[in-house]
Amino acid sequence: MAETKTIDPKETAATRLWNWLTETQVWKSVFRHDRPDSDRTRVLVMLSNVFLHLHPVRMRKSGVKLRYTWCMGGMSFFLFLSLTLTGLLLMFYYRPTLEYAYTDIVALREHVPLGIMREMHRWGAHAMVITVMLHMFRVFLTGSYKPPREFNWSVGVIMLVLTLLLSFTGYLLPWDQLAIWAITVGSNMARATPFLGHEGPGAALLRLGDVPLIHAYDDARFALLGGSFVGEGALLRFYVLHCVGLPLVIAVLMAVHFWRVRKDGGISGPL
Amino acid sequence: MGLLKGTINALADPRLYFIVAVLSLIVMVWKREKVASNAFGYSMMGLLTAFFVFGAFDPNFQLIIGKPDNVPIIGLIFSLLFLTWYAMREAVRNDRRIAAGKGPIEKEESDRVWVWPDLVYTELISLVVCSVILIVWSIVLKAPLEQPANRSVTPNPSKAPWYFLGLQEMLVYFDPWLAGVVLPGLIIVGLIAIPYIDKNPKGNGYYTFNERKAEIVIFLFGFVILWVSLIVLGTFLRGPNWNFFGPFEYWDVHKLEALVNVNLSEYIWVRALRTGLPGNWFLREIFGILFVIVYTFALPPILAKSAFKKYYEKLGPPRYYVTVFLFLMMMSLPAKMLLRWLFNLKYIVAIPEFFFNI
Ligand code: HEM
Repeated sequence: MAETKTIDPKETAATRLWNWLTETQVWKSVFRHDRPDSDRTRVLVMLSNVFLHLHPVRMRKSGVKLRYTWCMGGMSFFLFLSLTLTGLLLMFYYRPTLEYAYTDIVALREHVPLGIMREMHRWGAHAMVITVMLHMFRVFLTGSYKPPREFNWSVGVIMLVLTLLLSFTGYLLPWDQLAIWAITVGSNMARATPFLGHEGPGAALLRLGDVPLIHAYDDARFALLGGSFVGEGALLRFYVLHCVGLPLVIAVLMAVHFWRVRKDGGISGPL
Repeated sequence: MGLLKGTINALADPRLYFIVAVLSLIVMVWKREKVASNAFGYSMMGLLTAFFVFGAFDPNFQLIIGKPDNVPIIGLIFSLLFLTWYAMREAVRNDRRIAAGKGPIEKEESDRVWVWPDLVYTELISLVVCSVILIVWSIVLKAPLEQPANRSVTPNPSKAPWYFLGLQEMLVYFDPWLAGVVLPGLIIVGLIAIPYIDKNPKGNGYYTFNERKAEIVIFLFGFVILWVSLIVLGTFLRGPNWNFFGPFEYWDVHKLEALVNVNLSEYIWVRALRTGLPGNWFLREIFGILFVIVYTFALPPILAKSAFKKYYEKLGPPRYYVTVFLFLMMMSLPAKMLLRWLFNLKYIVAIPEFFFNI
């Protein structure tokens, strides 16, 4: 595999060390090609590295420019990764029960030295909502949703909704006044779902004789909250959705999204 | 000073706020050649910064922008305004090139570059920059934690998370079944539908305005005005009881706003025909129901023959009807706003018997 290396007569100690290191068996077992400084190795690095192989080998010049993409999709993905990491750390400290939820957050603030995980998770989440919205904005303004990228735009819209839902379910977990009332205001809307909410238009029509089928204890809001108000059931539901359900779905969709960016011909550009 | 603050408070009134926002959009699109200059962009950002610096000395303003959860929205205001202007600038530049027969700048950048190093290094740098920003932000600003949850103490105002405040603002004009369920559902459906109803093959993969005027104006209106500007309104200008408060106004829980909104049925039966409201709900609401039916079902074919004839021919019937339906649903919000502001209209159709109010 190795290519002929040009030997620099003025080799410094660092380059000598580097050259030695990249020749060891350990290094070569991890990276199966030379440093990417020739056309051949630049292809190989993309093909042999699992983290890089979602990239193409070469791409449009306009596509790598900040001017064109604003890097908003990439930033959304970075924020998602960092949220996964900080979220995982938070899960070590947090128990989703009425008894512990709030005190665990207080403990996280008071007792964990140098703790900024909660901050990074919260601000990262806000930032991700913003970057995903701005990413959509840029994709629209460059007309990148046009054929052949229609489907990827639709996948994106679903991910936008999932991002909002992830943020919404996470908002409840600190179990303070801010949390439960924001979720109460938000989830009250489900009460008014046509036909499926007990205060929604048409729900009164769904009845068997005198027995209403849709009431406060079985309607859409009840399904969302696992109760008729934001309580223990809602906390558990939101926790499970926030930590497992929604991240799994959005991760799968991201894989589809990135795959399709490539299969649709890479970052868009004029023909 | 007081005069300036008073003027800004008055300008921030939801009606003026909305109208000013729409007018700015119109001016930006109409005078885009001027807007696209760097001088304009930098002065706009400078003015915005000056406004926040000026406001930061006001105790009431401090209170709202200082809320930790509101800080990201300030970031949103800055980045959205900047990027809107920036995209407009790039579009105008490309339009000039296209007019001169040169094709968009992206065309010149069509040649391929190596992903390693060109992209991979850019990615690495943005990763480091983003991490640093996030970490500094997290050290400087503590995440908020209020009193433990208590179902018997309702905070006033009770606000949804910020990204839903546009929807919460919609509750002023529509009932929850529309503002909270049907219209958000239609936003999602409408967004997904965009690539399938937009048949214009031009403007794919580069910034342009002239080649896709209608698309861009509609999207800017929906996203920048209806979605983001209402979020900003809901976050900064709505206080206790969802009453309006200017940016330099104290959030007084006892501020009273006269609510004299009147239903369409009452306007017609009681005020115009001078009879009482009929007991039968269908008869009572017949005018409102007709109005809604005309708006949703009769207007699209009428427009197809008149104002939107061009689009009808371009899109063909199925695409045209889907597009116009979604467009009319989007416009139902500003329409209802206008009706409220001009006539204090509460509901067009009011059938509380079935929770069916429009
Ligand atoms: C969870 C959120 C999302 C992530 C992590 C994400 C990530 C990305 C990335 C990394 C790219 C490559 C180009 C770029 O950075 O701009 C991309 C492209 C694209 N995204 Fe997203 N995206 C997300 C949400 C969305 C949304 C909400 C939409 C639209 C509604 C969308 C539609 C597209 C389209 C059409 C492309 C291709 C653009 C082109 O070829 O120029 N994505 N996405």
